[in-house]
Amino acid sequence: MEVQEYAGAEVKQKRWDWGKLREPLVLGEPTLHKVTADIGQIIDRPPTVKFWIAILITGTLAAIGFACIAYTVATGIGVWGNNNPVGWGWAITNFVWWIGIGHAGTLISAILYLFQQKWRTAINRAAEAMTIFAVMQAGLFPLIHTGRPWLAVYWLFPYPNQMQMWVNFRSPLEWDVFAVGTYFTVSLVFWYTGLIPDFATLRNFFRSKVKRSVYTFFSLGWTGSTRAWRHYEMAYLILAGLSTPLVLSVHSIVSMDFAMAILPGWHTTIFPPYFVAGAIFSGFAMVITLMVIAREVLGLHNYITLYHFDNMNKILLATGMMVGYAYSMEFFIAWYGANPYEQFVFINRATGPYWWAYWTMVFCNVVVPQIFWSKKMRRNIPVMFVASILVNVGMWFERFTIIATSLHRDFLPASWGYYTPTWVEVGIYAGTIGFFLTLFMLFAKYVPIIAVSEVKAVLPGSQPKHH
Amino acid sequence: MAGMKKTAPVAVMGDFEDPDALLKAAEKIANAGYTAFDIYTPYPVHGLDRAMKLPKTKLSFFSLLGGLAGFFAALLMIWWTGAVDYKLNIGGKPLFAFQFAVPITFELTVLFCALTTFAVMLVLSKLPKWYSPYQHDKGFQRAVDDLFVVAIPASDPRFILEDARRLLENVGAKNVRVVED
Repeated sequence: MEVQEYAGAEVKQKRWDWGKLREPLVLGEPTLHKVTADIGQIIDRPPTVKFWIAILITGTLAAIGFACIAYTVATGIGVWGNNNPVGWGWAITNFVWWIGIGHAGTLISAILYLFQQKWRTAINRAAEAMTIFAVMQAGLFPLIHTGRPWLAVYWLFPYPNQMQMWVNFRSPLEWDVFAVGTYFTVSLVFWYTGLIPDFATLRNFFRSKVKRSVYTFFSLGWTGSTRAWRHYEMAYLILAGLSTPLVLSVHSIVSMDFAMAILPGWHTTIFPPYFVAGAIFSGFAMVITLMVIAREVLGLHNYITLYHFDNMNKILLATGMMVGYAYSMEFFIAWYGANPYEQFVFINRATGPYWWAYWTMVFCNVVVPQIFWSKKMRRNIPVMFVASILVNVGMWFERFTIIATSLHRDFLPASWGYYTPTWVEVGIYAGTIGFFLTLFMLFAKYVPIIAVSEVKAVLPGSQPKHH
Repeated sequence: MAGMKKTAPVAVMGDFEDPDALLKAAEKIANAGYTAFDIYTPYPVHGLDRAMKLPKTKLSFFSLLGGLAGFFAALLMIWWTGAVDYKLNIGGKPLFAFQFAVPITFELTVLFCALTTFAVMLVLSKLPKWYSPYQHDKGFQRAVDDLFVVAIPASDPRFILEDARRLLENVGAKNVRVVED
């Protein structure tokens, strides 16, 4: 495959005949059919040995995770390290971490759509898939954490049961059920809506009968009729408009799990915006990690360009500064609020037994993204790959710090403790990473990873001129 | 045997490759009085629906209804389960207050609205429908890939085969053909 790369300097020199100051969204000036073929052939060609080896590795990891879950459920959550005073450990840390990762997908697909950022078209499909898979991982943790997931049905969902009991709608944990459930459902609907025209495009592209039939089924018989496009575009706009406040609400509600409790270190009004910024930060980092790999492995250099990474790294820098601001503001308010318990929690966070977690967080989330002030670094693949992984390490430690340090020093020094996870918790966490990567690889291989019809619509010359 | 099968023209079709020419052609066909014609495109072409004189979609009205249903369903559920059916005093908090109902009310408004939008979009677009009378036409199959295909169906009240064919040729369509069932 012919690959064209443009470094920043070259782009400035070259004058685009279609009078654009911006870089092209798709390199190589493909024809409409070339776009179909480029994306279609990823699915059309048989899976390689490398693909199966990768699936085997991540699948094994996922299997280990599910074995650890089975062990936990069969034995009881006593096999985990959390106990008084640290009642929430890795499970809730992982829950918040995964939910946060999901947020970038919706930001790219919905918020950037409303802001008419056309560069989103190459990455939105994969980012939305990432959202759905990340939310699936997130949802596992509270469910296992209940200890008896089969009873969680009536603890979590308001349905008429023979005990005539209802759920407690005053609890932020119940709000979470609705927030995460809605988020997953709406993300799935949004993702599928975007996929319908692409399934139709590729059903006519494949030669394999099985692939044709499956794609025909999921295309719902889409023909590309303008009468249908007009409803479709409105539906897409409405779903984008709904997802935008939805994504902000989800992590706000997750943050209320903490902020509604009267616990120093948790009980603060900065949490909702702080959590949302952090979620977008970590989500973009995950999108970069996955896209760097997918671009190399699937040869998508012409579709996912350095221009896309440049933009994503700018968002990483901006949101990294926002969480940095939130960290310092928390400290400032702890001091300015003159509450000795609040002050203790924050000084203890930075200098107490969990100092290493706190400073890992600060280094990864505040110091590392500063590298992206440089345009050269924003367009350097190895640099952004390492940085994006570090950001997600940092964001994991942020949640861990918030949970563990606020809990481990109780109001009564007699009940102070120190939390360490057991191998079971580590196993479940590793398992969700394996499960996530397995799902993502299957998606990348069998579902159009680039939004074909959306890319076609932004190609130069694809739209009427006097419009 | 092919001869035994009754064939009837279902549409006259023509192809376009240039979006500007397509837009002008759509306007001319609409001005000629055709109301049931359709244009199949691989991606949404800006302004084509207006050129075809199609009315604006009513989808957003149904979405609003769905959202309102979600809003009231959530409030009703939270109020009735907590303050009427099973009164549970938790920390002396009120049995119902709009403040604590806000998050779930918001979520269910979004959920109902999104699901309604999706369902009504399918209904209005007449999907799912895994059959089209044109599906064996090679050009029509390319309409989801890289071709704009205009189809004037025989069901159009204005339809006269030769007129439709001549019109498509006059507005610049290529490969004008009669599709038979």
